[in-house]
Amino acid sequence: MNAAEVRAGVLAELRHIAPELEEAGLAPGKPLREQVDLDSMDWLNFIVALHERFKVEIPESDYARLGTLEETVDYLRRRLG
Amino acid sequence: MIEFKLPSMGADMDEGKLLEWKVKPGDKVKRGDVVAVVDTSKAAVEVEIWDEGTVHELLVQPGTTVPVGAVLALLLATGEMPKAIERKKVSPAARKRAAELGVDAERIAGSGPEGAVSVEDVEKARAPAVPVDRNVEMRKAIAAAMSRSKREIPHYYLSDTVSLARAAQWLGAENARRPPAERLLMAVLYLKATALACKSFPDMNGHYRDGAFKPAAAVHAGVAISLRQGGLIAPALHDVERLPLGDLMKQLADLVKRARAGSLRSSEMSDPTVTVNNLGEGGVGSVFPIIYPPQVAIVGFGGVRGERVVASLAADHRVSDGHRGSLFLGEIARLLQEPEKL
Repeated sequence: MNAAEVRAGVLAELRHIAPELEEAGLAPGKPLREQVDLDSMDWLNFIVALHERFKVEIPESDYARLGTLEETVDYLRRRLG
Repeated sequence: MIEFKLPSMGADMDEGKLLEWKVKPGDKVKRGDVVAVVDTSKAAVEVEIWDEGTVHELLVQPGTTVPVGAVLALLLATGEMPKAIERKKVSPAARKRAAELGVDAERIAGSGPEGAVSVEDVEKARAPAVPVDRNVEMRKAIAAAMSRSKREIPHYYLSDTVSLARAAQWLGAENARRPPAERLLMAVLYLKATALACKSFPDMNGHYRDGAFKPAAAVHAGVAISLRQGGLIAPALHDVERLPLGDLMKQLADLVKRARAGSLRSSEMSDPTVTVNNLGEGGVGSVFPIIYPPQVAIVGFGGVRGERVVASLAADHRVSDGHRGSLFLGEIARLLQEPEKL
């Protein structure tokens, strides 16, 4: 899966949680949780959705590695192999 | 004949708009069945019935706004036979006004005794539907409840810093062996610890009504949930003191999802006996919450800072004193040090 496909999947799942989200409004390098205003329940739902969509394990200890949109895409691509 | 009336679903609600009937005449209903969907100023709520019987007549049409207490439907109790057609009670002035306005007074939900229709009911029924701005209505509802709280309840506030080192360590180990969909949030530990502490401090759990405090037998924890479009809502999780953490987490996830989708139940809106307000990991370090009347206490948790959290309590001085409040907060802190026992 290429970076664009992973990115599209991540954004689709984010939009389920935050329908008002506009990709153009996302500043690169800024943590997603802060930008999209995700509380802990939203974040858990986001992780569950990524786990189900991409079929990858995302242990809680890795949450810190899913900071920005770019980091999340990189992390998932590495896990996808 | 049983009258099914529009229940109050919170201190800030004085009317509701019937959106949909979930039953029709002839349907049998039992306690806890959802019979209608009503729009309060905060959310569309599934209204449950607490009687058993057969639906006889639906008195209010979808789209109609009626005051709390208005009779929405008539039910026949088990074994009861329908009487001959009863003529609706309409005051002569209301009948005259209905004729002037071209409204069928027989079809209006009355707010008077036994569903009697008044002039006000007629005028309300005729009032043109104005599009509802949910955000405006939500702010009005919050304003009404919080103003009442600050006007009537002599709050006292306490706070203390609580170590979450053990709770975080336990949660980390627990979540490492759970699939994502079954992972627990720290919020669940806060809720359970608060509920268990309420069992030891019944003066924090219940309602203050008509000049007296009535402790509640179970702990129905109101969970403050912020909505993406703005505003917040604090529906209840029932019997929190008895729920294992896994079940509590499932119910919390479901409650948050339904609160945000606007499909809460009337019992969830009216039942909280104490509220928990959790600011989560981000955000500020502490909160001084406002009690949601007629409850008498609200517990707040600030943002987690390096495995520490500021737990705060706002409690009703008519019911308890600072000393009791500090023991209560201390009990919550103690319970959080033994997460495996929650």
